[in-house]
Amino acid sequence: MLANHLVILPILVPLFAALLQLLPWGENPQFYRRIIGLVASSLTLILAVLLVISVQDEILVYALGSWQAPYGIVLVADKLSALMVLLTAVLALPVLIFACHGEDNLGSHFQALYQFQVLGIMGAFLTGDLFNLFVFFEILLISSYALLMHGGGKLKLRATLHYVVLNLTGSALFLISLGVLYGITGTLNMADMAGKVALLQGDDAAIARAGAMLLFVVFALKAALLPLYFWLPQAYASTTGTVAALFAIMTKVGIYAIIRVFTMIFGADAGEAENLAQGWLWWLGLFTILVGALGVLGSRDLRLVIAYLVLVSVGTMLTTMSLGHSDAIGSMLFYLVHSTLVTAALFLLADLIAEQRGKTASRIVKGRKMAQHNLLGGLFFLASITVIGIPPLSGFVSKLFILEAARTGAQVAWLWPLILGATFLMLIALSRAGSRMFWHTFDGKPNENTHPKWQHTSVILLLVGAVGITVFASPISDYTNAVAQQLATPTDYISSVLPTGGSDD
Amino acid sequence: METLYAITVGTLTACSVFLILRGRSFPIVIGLTMLSYAVNLFLFSTGRLAINELPLIGVGETSTDPLPQALVLTAIVIGFAMTAYSIILAVRVRGEIGSDEVNDTNYAEQEGQR
Repeated sequence: MLANHLVILPILVPLFAALLQLLPWGENPQFYRRIIGLVASSLTLILAVLLVISVQDEILVYALGSWQAPYGIVLVADKLSALMVLLTAVLALPVLIFACHGEDNLGSHFQALYQFQVLGIMGAFLTGDLFNLFVFFEILLISSYALLMHGGGKLKLRATLHYVVLNLTGSALFLISLGVLYGITGTLNMADMAGKVALLQGDDAAIARAGAMLLFVVFALKAALLPLYFWLPQAYASTTGTVAALFAIMTKVGIYAIIRVFTMIFGADAGEAENLAQGWLWWLGLFTILVGALGVLGSRDLRLVIAYLVLVSVGTMLTTMSLGHSDAIGSMLFYLVHSTLVTAALFLLADLIAEQRGKTASRIVKGRKMAQHNLLGGLFFLASITVIGIPPLSGFVSKLFILEAARTGAQVAWLWPLILGATFLMLIALSRAGSRMFWHTFDGKPNENTHPKWQHTSVILLLVGAVGITVFASPISDYTNAVAQQLATPTDYISSVLPTGGSDD
Repeated sequence: METLYAITVGTLTACSVFLILRGRSFPIVIGLTMLSYAVNLFLFSTGRLAINELPLIGVGETSTDPLPQALVLTAIVIGFAMTAYSIILAVRVRGEIGSDEVNDTNYAEQEGQR
């Protein structure tokens, strides 16, 4: 019975947890809410592992209310969806443990909003319907609007205003592109649309291409690709550490949507609309790496540095994706797992460092010694070498895979210098940040702020994930390559969703 | 009818884009609301425009597409919630920062302090 409904459970568990958390829980509600949240996140993690195991041999399709595709809405779990669901669950649990030590008291309903956010992310990864994707995007966005403001303050408010206005405009564009695509193909089911788009010709194909490019703009806004990234550094740098750490997966939702739509619907088999986004992704991705690396070097605040590191990773992933062949996509997914975990760890760590330093907070200037100086210093060192890509940790392995994926001379000539140059700039910026904050300290008594063991543990758990990726690099890259293989043959996906063929008209 | 409909949607979109590009939060919120109206109208038209037809198969000779109507309904509900949220947010920003400029003049100064 459980196996039949496994696909929808990662969506339902956070939903019911959030609803339970919203109940009035008497004198000490936060205690019960934390318990519910932690139980739900652990449960989601177990379900995600089960999901990954059960998609090994087949693509799971769950027709909601037994309304069959393409007329009803379906949830589809293929290897890519399962990987993303597992990554979200692996990220959500340590971040929630971190948040349960006080940060969730800064504003009301943090716990419920957190679960709603997870619900939206899981839904976006699992749905097989474009309009349903829009709905899940809205769910994750509206909880992110509230989470971004969590804790209050002028800077957060202003960043939230920018973020909300941009994303509302993005949602409107999303709807317009859905309208265009529905008007031309007469379906919103992704698998069905893939079949329909391939048959379009002449004017219809031109309109479909316009709709697809609008969709690309929307996803690029979510993923923070070059001309549309301006919201990201401010938003990520001014919010609290836990929220920023959870948002480490948010740009990946945009990247996931780009992979899904532009390899399946507008991929290699799409007739007149084939490989629409690849040319754009290559150049925009390369410039995103460049701008991100300059941002990393130019920031005077540790949180801003990490926000720009997110940008570099987005650029790296999308450039690699545009190479198109399945080795490139496999290596890009490997990098995606690594970068999500390590940026989340860095955001949490920046929060600890900022609180322990007191007045200088996360600014990269000379400051007082921290109470747990050596521990934080060690963790920062470990996280930095991982994110920069110095051997032996996962950053190195994943960048090696990406460099290997560039095949032709032109690709090598552009990709290698940019990625290696960005790595060099990151190395400079993070060494400078580390030495300023941990070595150039004032003499005298250290600050008295300390943090409970569990908060360190959650950072360590995320970093252990990064070490784990290195140790188990071979099975994980086997899995990501299998994902890439599956993406390269979208006919499997389409025939699993539509066993009897698409809608007639 | 198609021409009139297209002109209406186009005018609404153009006005909303102009308003969204303003520098103060109130016109931006009005612009976002207008944009969501334009989008809803546009979505509605994707099932092709038809008069006096039911979205039911088998009742009349021809039928109109029911799906865009369901999509518009969903979009209206979501758009309504988002508009409410953005209004509250704009009021809160006005109250806390004391100005409804989206980027106020001492912005650079604040960034240095962080």
